[in-house]
Amino acid sequence: MPSDPPTTEPALVRRTLIGTALLFLGLFLFLPLIAVFVHALEKGLDAYLSAVREPAALSAVRLTLLTAAVAVPLNTAFGVAAAWAIARFEFTGKRLLITLIDLPFAVSPVISGLIFVLLFGLQGLLGPWLADHDLKVIFAAPGIALATVFVTFPFVARELIPLMQAQGAEEEEAAVVLGASGWQTFFRITLPNVKWGLLYGVILCNARAMGEFGAVSVVSGHIRGMTNTVPLHVEILYNEYNFTAAFAVASLLTCLALVTLAVKSVLEKRKS
Amino acid sequence: MSIEVKGITKRFGDVTALNDVSVEVPSGSLVALLGPSGSGKTTLLRAIAGLETPDSGAIYFHDEDATDRPVRHRNVGFVFQHYALFRHMTIFDNIAFGLQVRKRPKEEVRERVHELLRLIQLEGVENRYPAQLSGGQRQRVALARALATRPKVLLLDEPFGALDAKVRKELRQWIRRLHDEIHVTSLFVTHDQEEALELADRVVLMHDGKVEQVGTPDEVYNHPATPFVVNFLGSVNIFHGRVRGDRLSLAAGLVADAPAHVSGEDRSVVAFVRPHDMDVDLTQKNGSSARARVKWVHPVGAVVKMELELLDDKKEIEVELTRERHETLRLSVGEIVYVTPKGLKVFVGTYSI
Repeated sequence: MPSDPPTTEPALVRRTLIGTALLFLGLFLFLPLIAVFVHALEKGLDAYLSAVREPAALSAVRLTLLTAAVAVPLNTAFGVAAAWAIARFEFTGKRLLITLIDLPFAVSPVISGLIFVLLFGLQGLLGPWLADHDLKVIFAAPGIALATVFVTFPFVARELIPLMQAQGAEEEEAAVVLGASGWQTFFRITLPNVKWGLLYGVILCNARAMGEFGAVSVVSGHIRGMTNTVPLHVEILYNEYNFTAAFAVASLLTCLALVTLAVKSVLEKRKS
Repeated sequence: MSIEVKGITKRFGDVTALNDVSVEVPSGSLVALLGPSGSGKTTLLRAIAGLETPDSGAIYFHDEDATDRPVRHRNVGFVFQHYALFRHMTIFDNIAFGLQVRKRPKEEVRERVHELLRLIQLEGVENRYPAQLSGGQRQRVALARALATRPKVLLLDEPFGALDAKVRKELRQWIRRLHDEIHVTSLFVTHDQEEALELADRVVLMHDGKVEQVGTPDEVYNHPATPFVVNFLGSVNIFHGRVRGDRLSLAAGLVADAPAHVSGEDRSVVAFVRPHDMDVDLTQKNGSSARARVKWVHPVGAVVKMELELLDDKKEIEVELTRERHETLRLSVGEIVYVTPKGLKVFVGTYSI
């Protein structure tokens, strides 16, 4: 019998550890994942398709896509700018900026939503002014986009800051000495060096933008076909005991999560 | 193109990296900025390239004020300590970068890159990436990239710092030959005195953000201007003493004639003697030698190094004898000998390391 190499644990310990991990994964991840699709297809493909094609559902998908289309580019630009500033320059308030970037992770999303209601709501700070100019932020798409931007803004910056700090500024300095302009340096040196990290951050940002519930729920007002995003629509359907439809729409988000995971693992391979 | 630095001062917070530094680099020369770490030499090099903005002072390129000229318009070649090659680009694109951002025609770029690859003796690597090259090869690519745009000035930051001893020596000689071939005004930073003395036409010695001495290798080595310079350019024995009139009396009972620049009224001085300037005898030759005990002999190499302990004040001194002298004396550990310093470098005042 071949003996175990000296650096390995005994077989029993290994099997127990691996078994525990797999059991845990199965119970808390795979089972719910399968359950979503089982419930969604419970009443057949037709019921599934009609739940997904229903006008309210389609409107929710549209709003979710729109929200992500606003939040992701904004936070990509912000994240790159913030990471650049933090990794490359020394300035007063740098520590504060780093702390502020983490703020959306630290506060509950519900509070984040509430902040916007307090700011832009009818009784809020800017409410009367907005009402005078016939601008609607709360209980409308702009509020949803704002809340989503707030909640998702750490993702890109958090991903890039350590990467850019580790890479240092030498290559950029070399480019400038060689005669490159600021934009040439950015597009030919800075961006290519962080592209995998950036893509990774964008994908995480997108996943959260589409899946955000708490903050959006507070500012949305849950107007069917108007201010419902996909997660909110799922909740409404579920509360109406329309389980098949709820799970059908939820399966769309689940698919998004699966695609995100697949892209992420491909990117991680490219990064290393 | 000549470089002239006039009274540059640069502070980082509370630290003064450059304190009123003035340096001249004549056109076509190879100049070394030599000093310990923290002496400000890299800051000076970066200020000349425009990567640091001096708080005061001016920089002239060929008698033109370039102090406020943006980095990208200075047209200097800069070789970074860790090369800073663009890791996501091939060697070809690395070398071509400076030409491409200047929008040179493709044909011209290709020709120039191949010309440079021939120059650095690395033909055939143009499609590889920096990570696939050895340290010495990366160094040469960094040099080719810096030379691609035909800069009038070449600045090198610790160009051999990250290489092993053998490659470093080869590359050093190669750079000297290259410089003699293309005659670009070059300034390189180093903390290795041997490198500076061997390679440079002129050496600028820096210490604590100030220039200690500027001169040819011969001048700085044989006629050091300050105690720091003597001490930095190789190992040295230090003797404290006093001057009275034209007599110099040092610790351990050594006496000598005082050099003209320190003779005069009664004052304390410090004298430096290189290990190879110490004479060793088995018997007392004259009144100006000190008794010492051999503590350690290291007989490997062209010179024989040994450590002696002065009997008078228990101070340890370093001595280097030629192999022939060692064969005659046949010294062994514990023996008592007489040492006589020659070529004393004497400075007024006290000095401690």
